[in-house]
Amino acid sequence: MTLSETQVWLLIGALTLMGLVVKGVGPALVGGRALPRWASGVIAVMAPALLTALVLTAVLTDGRRLAAGADTVGVAVAALLLLRRAPLLVACLAAVVVTAGLRLLTG
Amino acid sequence: MGDSFRRGLRLGVPYAAVATVLSMSFGVLAVQVGFTPLQAIATSALVFGGSAQFASLAIVGAGGGIPAALGAATLMHSRFLAMGIAMASSLKGGPLRRALEGQATVDSSWATGSRGDGTFDRGLVFGMTAPQYVGWVLGTVVGAYGGGLLGDPEALGLDALFPTFFIGILIADLRRPRARLAAVLGGAVALALVPFTPPGVPVLAASVGALVGLAQPDARAGEEPA
Repeated sequence: MTLSETQVWLLIGALTLMGLVVKGVGPALVGGRALPRWASGVIAVMAPALLTALVLTAVLTDGRRLAAGADTVGVAVAALLLLRRAPLLVACLAAVVVTAGLRLLTG
Repeated sequence: MGDSFRRGLRLGVPYAAVATVLSMSFGVLAVQVGFTPLQAIATSALVFGGSAQFASLAIVGAGGGIPAALGAATLMHSRFLAMGIAMASSLKGGPLRRALEGQATVDSSWATGSRGDGTFDRGLVFGMTAPQYVGWVLGTVVGAYGGGLLGDPEALGLDALFPTFFIGILIADLRRPRARLAAVLGGAVALALVPFTPPGVPVLAASVGALVGLAQPDARAGEEPA
């Protein structure tokens, strides 16, 4: 890390302000009015679209390269467990154990 | 609201347990990167957003500056803008009060609080978020001060926690065909952009997948789980 301790505090302050605005602006400006139907339709599927992108880019990329690794396998195992209705904690444990185990084996 | 809140608390406990472990990994990684323990804890207490925190940490850890870290975190956080707009009419009071209530928006509470008809169970959202916030801060405290005892977080597989957490949130959503289509499109767009855009942009661009929600809602009654 190239940031000084003061710069880290600056970053934390900026992130805090950003978070307050991003989470607050929608409720403050739109509240009290019902959204048009098309907007509700889009928003209803916004989370699946973004969260899928977040998960896939986390497990299938290395910087700007597409790449699979031990974490890809660990998370895939956890996903299968979740599909079979395993509790989230069990799936998380499996993800960690499989990922760490593979890294141990492959050095 | 009372019953909803209590039900939310119950539903929030397993997510809080996972949030605790996840934020522990954040505390460990943040101190490893060069944050002081107090800075790691302040980040979790004030920002309270896993994807934004992990994204900005990855960038400053790689030698990036404040603008890049803030930019990536903002892009990651942008989904809360859409979620906040969606929840707006289900919140109470004037603009300031609603903005304050909107701070309780986190992925799991938002997804679970959605009634599927565009309205939200406000009490349930608050109830679910409360234990997750407590766990998120406590986990960071443990990770930030105890990380040195754990060793290398990557060797321990701690980086697999964060994606698993989000899959756990996604699974219930994906039982709806239209949500599945949006997920496939969003995922494909993001992966296609990874080699060509700065970190954070692929996830933001994935929001085009949500345009499938524009289709006529004729199949809607059939697609909602009973």
